Formats: sequence, structure tokens, C-alpha cells
Amino acid sequence: MGAKIGIPGSLFYYRFASFWESFFTTLGFEVVVSDPTNKRILDDGVKSCVDEACLPIKLFYGHVLNLKDRVDYILVPRFTSISKNEYICPEFGGLPDMIRHTLKGLPKLIDTEVNMRKSARGGIKAAVEIGEVLGVDRRRTLRAFELAALNFRRDQFFTEFAESVQREDDSSCLECQKGENCPCPESQKSENCPRPGSICAGTGEPSLQNRRLCVGVIGHAYTVYDRYISMDLLRKLARHGVEARTIETVDEADINRHASTLPKPMFWNHGRLAYGAALHMAESSEVDGFIFLSSFGCGIDSFVNDLIERHVRRRFGIPLITMTIDEHTGEAGFNTRLEAFIDMLQWRRQNEGHVSASG
Amino acid sequence: MKVTFPHLGNTYICVKSILDDIGIDYVIPPFNNKRALELGTRYSPEMVCLPLKINIGNYIQAYEMGADTILMAGGCGPCRFGYYSQLHMEILKDAGFNMEVITLEGTDIMDLLSRIRSVVPGASELMKLPSVLLRAVEIAKRSDEIEMLAFRTRARESERGATDRIYNGFREKALRTAGTKNILKLLDETEAMLKSVHLDPDADPLKVGIVGEIYTGIEHFASFDIQHRLGRLGVEVDRKVTVSNWIIEHMLKKPLHLPRDMAFAEAAKPWLGAMIGGHAQETVGNAAIYAKSGYDGVIQIFPFSCMPEIVAESLLPSVERDLDIPVLTLIIDEMTGEAGYMTRIEAFIDMLEGRRENLERRKAHGMRKGKKAHDNIHA
Repeated sequence: MGAKIGIPGSLFYYRFASFWESFFTTLGFEVVVSDPTNKRILDDGVKSCVDEACLPIKLFYGHVLNLKDRVDYILVPRFTSISKNEYICPEFGGLPDMIRHTLKGLPKLIDTEVNMRKSARGGIKAAVEIGEVLGVDRRRTLRAFELAALNFRRDQFFTEFAESVQREDDSSCLECQKGENCPCPESQKSENCPRPGSICAGTGEPSLQNRRLCVGVIGHAYTVYDRYISMDLLRKLARHGVEARTIETVDEADINRHASTLPKPMFWNHGRLAYGAALHMAESSEVDGFIFLSSFGCGIDSFVNDLIERHVRRRFGIPLITMTIDEHTGEAGFNTRLEAFIDMLQWRRQNEGHVSASG
Repeated sequence: MKVTFPHLGNTYICVKSILDDIGIDYVIPPFNNKRALELGTRYSPEMVCLPLKINIGNYIQAYEMGADTILMAGGCGPCRFGYYSQLHMEILKDAGFNMEVITLEGTDIMDLLSRIRSVVPGASELMKLPSVLLRAVEIAKRSDEIEMLAFRTRARESERGATDRIYNGFREKALRTAGTKNILKLLDETEAMLKSVHLDPDADPLKVGIVGEIYTGIEHFASFDIQHRLGRLGVEVDRKVTVSNWIIEHMLKKPLHLPRDMAFAEAAKPWLGAMIGGHAQETVGNAAIYAKSGYDGVIQIFPFSCMPEIVAESLLPSVERDLDIPVLTLIIDEMTGEAGYMTRIEAFIDMLEGRRENLERRKAHGMRKGKKAHDNIHA
């Protein structure tokens, strides 16, 4: 016991970190998460993966290499489906094979198939199989699974982001970088001093005119919350005083209500979540604009984002921008586009009749 | 109502004969062409895969010829094809082409029947449908056999161009031949003509297996006609992924729960352990099958950003190494330049020729070194 389970800090780590950490620690294993994405990890991934794969897949290779020499097992499940009648992406399904045939000298891979397409019991089945691989008896595995399900937090990474922004907000004014010595008069601080934004509270907002700009960031959890490859988009927005909402901040019931209006149900998990969340944000007038954060070559995004764009444009006329990232994306160009978009949103609020900045 | 449908190799022959027999008014879009691609590229989202763009081009060209209803197949993922028809509708709607898309798919059989009912004019035509469809399956199978036969004769013909003349003539004639029965007759004639092409008795062509995504494999326009060009270079090609195979395995056997031909899945197992969507399993499995049955090389073709084929692409180097068979991967999108593409293919073929000569020379000298690879070639 006490073997080390390596979890690559990429892809579904950003969905299931809380679950996995609870599951494996309850079973008595030590969980080792790879380092946060950095240039080395990205370069290693890009070098070892086929060119055509999307950035997050390449990054996953890098994270596996990062764990290679310091763990006993690496968690690379074959994710076929995590929800009824929905798939994830063919590349997720083939990932364990891709890793095994490309990277050599790896520790043992936990490559159990996770398939919940027919029933949620597929998840339990996968857990039991993983338990068997690790030599844990069935009953203990099931108990750990139940506990992990209780500890699972869907919005874990958004909450972490929100809390860190809150801390920065409390301690310093980023615009003048003087922290508590910020010269802005206390009374103006909240309005004029462009301090980092907090999070849209959803309901119970002050009037539309007085609230900060809010942007819906639509993208896979593993790009949106990866600070390195997302160019720290969420915090950049915060520094511009713009609030951010992500898919994870929208209630599943709201997501499903909107997703069910599609004539043909979307058979990708992310597709349903992204479509439902975006349409909910648009319909409830919670956002002033959308940023689609997409990896170059992402097949799912190419369909889903286009569909959202068409529907949002037809029904709500909310501005949107697609920020595509890959291993060549330069941060300066990214920032310029982001700033231009925010400027446009501000201009729009000031100059277009429906929302007046002066009240 | 004037029906149309997208092109996919010789599928039009099969579909048109059904529509003829049950009396549905239809338009066949012009064979895939540069303008179709340009139209498709203009209206489709940039990052979608190539077949969707060419489909859109087909529809718009058919619209110009008076079509207002599209027949299209569907699916349920994870490959993007399953959502094609939905995106088609959105694109056509925003672009101002007033066309209806009827997706021939059914989560349940009644749903599918009602979709069929919506296009079939009357009850008597509906009664005819089963026998027409049976003949149509036969047509799909026979047209694929004709294509495979042409692959073989093209590489061996004594008079260059004889096969092309017959094959292209057949595609043209099929456009003017109405009904399943007449098409079956045309298929008989074409087969007889192809069989009478004079072949070079000494020909020992290189054999190359084509694997990859189904559309770019079957639709020659989408792969710069590579399979015919290889034939003209004296290379015999083979492809296991065909329309009839798809119809029989996916549309007939699967819903009826009949045992399916899963040889490719078995062959793919050492490298790819599961079905992941699209044709990745076929690609890896068939590459292995080609290697084991003495082919000189394998070419994988897929449209840029095709997710299942990217997985296959990362596994093929292992197949290449483990079974000692050269593999060339070609990725196609609307920006692909033809000249560069042909250079790569010619270089690959040169390499295969050199490789075969080397292996034969080694065999002649009884060198043990090349034995394993050699066995593969003549197994």
C-alpha cells in the first residue's frame, strides 16, 4: 500500500480532480499530480505527440512525461462516455493507446475504460476495475467510490479561481499596484478604481446599469482552467474589471433545459454543457459578451461553437469572439484581441441605448 | 418537392435508382468539383471537416438546379458526421438557401419510417420499397466490386487508359440510366467490359492498401484522385472501407443484431483496444491486415482535424514498426496543394519500388537479414 498514483494535471483532471483525489487517498494511495503546465511540459508534449492532435492532447503527453519517473501508476483511463447517450471525443477514447504506443518506459498505466453511455453504473464498474488493478477488495473500492462521489465538486476549479481573485481583490488594487496603500479614495474604490472583478452573482445583482461587465467564457474545463494554455484568461478578465462566468457556474438543470431545445440531442458531453450554459447565460441577460476559448483543431468546438454562435446571434445579438489557442499562440496578440473585445463591450454599453452606463 | 443528396463516390448510382423506381423527383448535383468546394468553404465554419464543406457545395449546386429537399444519412457519434445534417440545416438557413434536410436515421424504426413516408409519394410506392431496397443493396455491392476490379485492371492494363475509359463511361452512363433493374444491367455490361481489358501478363504491380477516413477514401475528388493516379503509375490499390460495406454492416446487420465482420477489430487489437468512433479501428486493423497479406505499403488518407483518424495516425507508426510495412499519411483540406501532394506520393512509390528490389535481391543472395520483411511481402 501507499503506492503512488500519478494523475496528469490535464484534460479531465479539470473535471474530476476532487473525485479522483478523494477516491485514491481513501484507498490508501498517495496521489501525485503533475506540475502545473509550464513551457517544459508543453514542449515535451508537442515533441512526442502527432502534429494533428489538439493542444490539450499534446499537453497530456507532457504531463504524463512529467510524472514518468516519480510514480508507480499513471491514471490514463479510456474515457468513452461520462453521461447517458453522450460521448466525449474520439481522441479521449484512444488516449491510452496513443500514450502507450508513443511514450516508452512508462510506469504501469491505469487504462480502465469508463463508459457511462448506457447507465451511470458504468462509473462504478470502472472504479471496481481500477480497484482490481490496484489489488483493493471490492467492498473498499465501493466505499471509496461513494465517498468520492460526495466529495466531488463540479465547480472546484472555478471556485478556486474565484477565491484567489477575491484574495487579490482584498489585498491590492492591481491597476496602481499599491495594495492597501492604493491612493484611490475609499468611496470611489469600487466604481472608479479598476480593481479586479469579482464573480457574477447570478441572481440578486444590482441594477443592470451599475454592474460590471460580465463575459461568458465558453470552453472545455481543461483549457479554461489551465492557467498556462488559457493565457490566464480568467485572471486577465478579472484584472480588467470584467467578471467571468464559465460553464461550471451554470446549474445543470438550466443547461439541460436549453440543450433539450435542440432538434437533435447533441451526443457530446461538452457539446450539451456548452450549448446549454451559453444559451442560459444569454437568455438570462447575465453576460455582455461571450469568449469562446477553443483549441486549434478541436472537432467538437468546430461544431458546438458554430451552433452557439448562430443561435446567440439570431436570438440575442450578444457580441462574441473566438480565441483559438495552440502551441504557437503568442500572448501579445492574444492580449490585444482580448483588450479590443473588452473595449468594444464597454463602448457598446456606453453608446448603445439599451444599457446606459450613467444610469 | 425536388430531392437531392450529397455525393460520395458511386453512391449516387444506388440512390438515384431507388428514387427512379419509386417515382421521386430528384436532382443529382454535378460531380464534385472545385466550385462545390469553394462554395462549401465559403459558407461553412472554418474548422469543420472537409466532407461537410463539400456536402454544402453539393447542396448549393443542386439548389441552383431546382432542388429543395436534401436526403442525408445520420449517426449518433462520437464522430462529427452524426451531427452533419443539423449543421447543414443551420448553414443553409443562415446563407439563405431555403432547403429542407431529411435525415435518414432513426433512433427507433417508427421514427425512421415516418421520415421515409415524408418523401415517398404514395402507398403503392411504399409497397414497392422493400424489393427496390434489396436491389439497391445489390447495386451498392456491385458498384464497389466494379471499382475494385478497375483498381486491379488499371495497374495491369497493356493499353494505358483502357480502364479509365470504361470506368468513367460507366459513371456517365449511370447518370442516364433509370431504375434499379437497368442499373443492374449496366453493372453487368461494365463488369464484362472490364474483364475483357487486355492485361500485361508480366505485370507484377506494387500493392498499396488505402486506409483512413471513409469520405476521403471513397470520394476521389477529396483525395486528388490518388487511387486512380496510383493505378496509372502501375500500382494496384485496394480499399476495404466501401459504401456497400457500410450499408451492410452498419445499416443492416447492426440494427438486426446479426454477427458482423469484425476482422479489422481483431487485427487492430494489439494497437487499438476499442471502438472509438469513425473508422479509426478499421484504419489500424486494415493496415495490419494489409501488412500480413503481402502488400508493399499502406496509405492513410483523412481530412484535416478528423479526430478518430488522428488517433489512428499516432498508432500507425507502431504498426509500421511491428509488422514492417511502410505507411504514408496524407491529410487533406481545402488548402492542400496538389503538386506537393503528388510529389510525396511519387516519392513514396519510388521508395516502395526500391524496397521491393532490395528485398528481392536479398532473397536471391540468401541473406537472412531481410527475411522477416520478405516473408511479409510474399506471404
